[in-house]
Amino acid sequence: MKKIDEKSSEISSLEHHSPDPWTQLKSFTRARIAIGRVGSSLPTKEVLDFGLSHAMARDAVHLALDVDALETDIKRQNFPTIRTKSMAADRATYLLRPDWGRRLHEQSLFRLQNIQQTKPIDFLIVVGDGLSSLAVARHVAPLLAEMRNYLPSDWHTGHVVIASQARVAIGDEIGQALNARMVAMLIGERPGLSSPDSLGIYLTYNPKLGLSDADRNCISNVRPEGLSYAAAAKKLTWLAKEAMRLKVTGVALKDESDVQEIGSNTTLGLNKN
Amino acid sequence: MTYRYSVGAQTYQFADLKEVLAKATPARSGDYLAGVAAETYAERMAARMCLAEIPLKTFLEELIIPYETDEVTRLIVDTHDKQAFAEISHLTVGDFRDWLLSDIADSATLKRVSTGVTPEMAAAVSKLMRNQDLILVAKKCHVTTSFRNTIGLPGHISVRLQPNHPIDDMRGIAASMLDGLLYGAGDAVIGINPATDSIPMLMDLYYLVDEVINQYEIPTQSCILTHVTNQIQLIERGAPVDLVFQSIAGTEKANKSFGIDIALLKEAQSAAHSLKRGTVGNNVMYFETGQGSALSANANYGVDQQTCEARAYAVARHLSPLLTNTVVGFIGPEYLYDGKQIIRAGLEDHFCGKLLGVPLGCDVCYTNHAEADQDDMDTLMTLLATAGLTFIMGIPGADDIMLNYQTTSFHDALYLRKVLGLRPAPEFEAWLKKMHIMDASGQVQPIEQAHHMLQNMPKHLLSAA
Repeated sequence: MKKIDEKSSEISSLEHHSPDPWTQLKSFTRARIAIGRVGSSLPTKEVLDFGLSHAMARDAVHLALDVDALETDIKRQNFPTIRTKSMAADRATYLLRPDWGRRLHEQSLFRLQNIQQTKPIDFLIVVGDGLSSLAVARHVAPLLAEMRNYLPSDWHTGHVVIASQARVAIGDEIGQALNARMVAMLIGERPGLSSPDSLGIYLTYNPKLGLSDADRNCISNVRPEGLSYAAAAKKLTWLAKEAMRLKVTGVALKDESDVQEIGSNTTLGLNKN
Repeated sequence: MTYRYSVGAQTYQFADLKEVLAKATPARSGDYLAGVAAETYAERMAARMCLAEIPLKTFLEELIIPYETDEVTRLIVDTHDKQAFAEISHLTVGDFRDWLLSDIADSATLKRVSTGVTPEMAAAVSKLMRNQDLILVAKKCHVTTSFRNTIGLPGHISVRLQPNHPIDDMRGIAASMLDGLLYGAGDAVIGINPATDSIPMLMDLYYLVDEVINQYEIPTQSCILTHVTNQIQLIERGAPVDLVFQSIAGTEKANKSFGIDIALLKEAQSAAHSLKRGTVGNNVMYFETGQGSALSANANYGVDQQTCEARAYAVARHLSPLLTNTVVGFIGPEYLYDGKQIIRAGLEDHFCGKLLGVPLGCDVCYTNHAEADQDDMDTLMTLLATAGLTFIMGIPGADDIMLNYQTTSFHDALYLRKVLGLRPAPEFEAWLKKMHIMDASGQVQPIEQAHHMLQNMPKHLLSAA
């Protein structure tokens, strides 16, 4: 009896579910193609898969960054750290008031202004939770490890500043408070359904209040499935050196790190021409 | 001019017409961010009561953004149809709501007066309307357009097939395109948001979609959603451009931040017309809009975001688009915080667009930092389709892997057609039947391995077969 029941339920589920006979095309795209249908609706498996992806993205936005753990990870890379927070007191306020996420809380500002600096900072690193605490928790420490390999050893970096409830532009105020020549803001990007942990890097020369996105260079989608730590560190270093040379970032600084790389590695190709 | 309204012992004062409009608006985060929202629930109702008593004529006299400083205002004033307005010129905003809901305002009447209605009048009356009012009146407004098929006929809903890919991989795009076509999607447009700005790469995308449309003889149109100046350049270089796309907003300054003005849109329209690629009709423009775009460009002049949005429809109307798409939940929670605000905004936009005579569709969507989920999307798409929405988006599994947001899927479109008895554009429906994607009764069928389109894949996909 039991055996027959199992078999009949298996048959009926097959009858309800129509797979799409073009699953081989999935190799060309991560888009949710060829997911099949029940009637004309989504099969249960797809509804649950989608729900899980959305849950991961929601948690990335709403779970608070574990600053203690992050600080330990960063110190392990031999960077001293300092904690700050923005004017947005909590996540709900942060989401509603992007302008407050761009400004330092006055206590944090006071703290930064009272750091005793031995020498001027060439390249300041700020880490902000942004819209994905998951991205920061996962990728900041390994990225810093790679950056150690690429950044010029004579550049003074000072403290790594950790900023909570932060938007990109808070790096301007932090950089200004510390008199840094340049700031690299490492921040959790808005999570996508299939990329809940994307880290972004924004490089700004001569940071000060009132700059706009046109004044920065952006490196996006840093994570093992996107741009690798090593590639990101290399690109960032290229941009930072150019910024130091040209004394500018943003639209005036074109990212030609790939072009130069190709140029230096394809002498054979050039000879043929 | 100052407005006052008393509720019991309390008198509320509003500095000008735009303050009445802003404070009468249902609560939304973007108006708080702009500092123009009502401060209390009672103030909001007082503003609505005040607004209900304002004559429609006032909107022609008291301009919320000055004529001298803004070309959208000039467009609204200079193209206002006084003859069409005569029929409703005696009404207050409150009377206008009653009139719109009455049986006097049938489809023919609404069409007749539409050129007499300004965006500010449409926005004003929408603020006094409940969701069901927005649905009922929008359903009576019929806006039909055409290019290679006929969009917007009553009882129909079309789908924009959006086969985006994060690095514009030709095979990835072709795969999503085929997926959508086999689910019966793509009658509004096959429209790609490219990752690239490179002219040669954009040219390749035009040829890709054009080849697929030609290979299967699909009665639909294509669009590559890059900046309008790129599209003009591509037309000059001989690209097979069907529809010209551009994001537009409701103020001159916001449009400037997009790098456009009305003259440039006119130029693009002429360029597309010159190609004469339409077979059924000549509507060649595709616009996208969304509440909050003016504020995010710091170009809202103290006007609430919904009124700014309605003004964008005046720009659209002037250029006779095939499609106009309000991308309602894309902008983020600082403008529309949650499902409730997104749903309300979608219904307002659709109502205002249709009342003004614009073929409005909706990208029913949200980002992961908004308080919304697929249940909210189900609610909004069902309400909008009930209201006669022109088109929705169709993306594989509702997950746009290029723009990183959630929208509606091919499955969602089939759900709407099934539940509400809606049909695709007639020319496209005939094609779906010819291709055995849809059966004689109008149901889209599962596809067999032996299907013609799987046996004859677009050339970009042949290596996978």
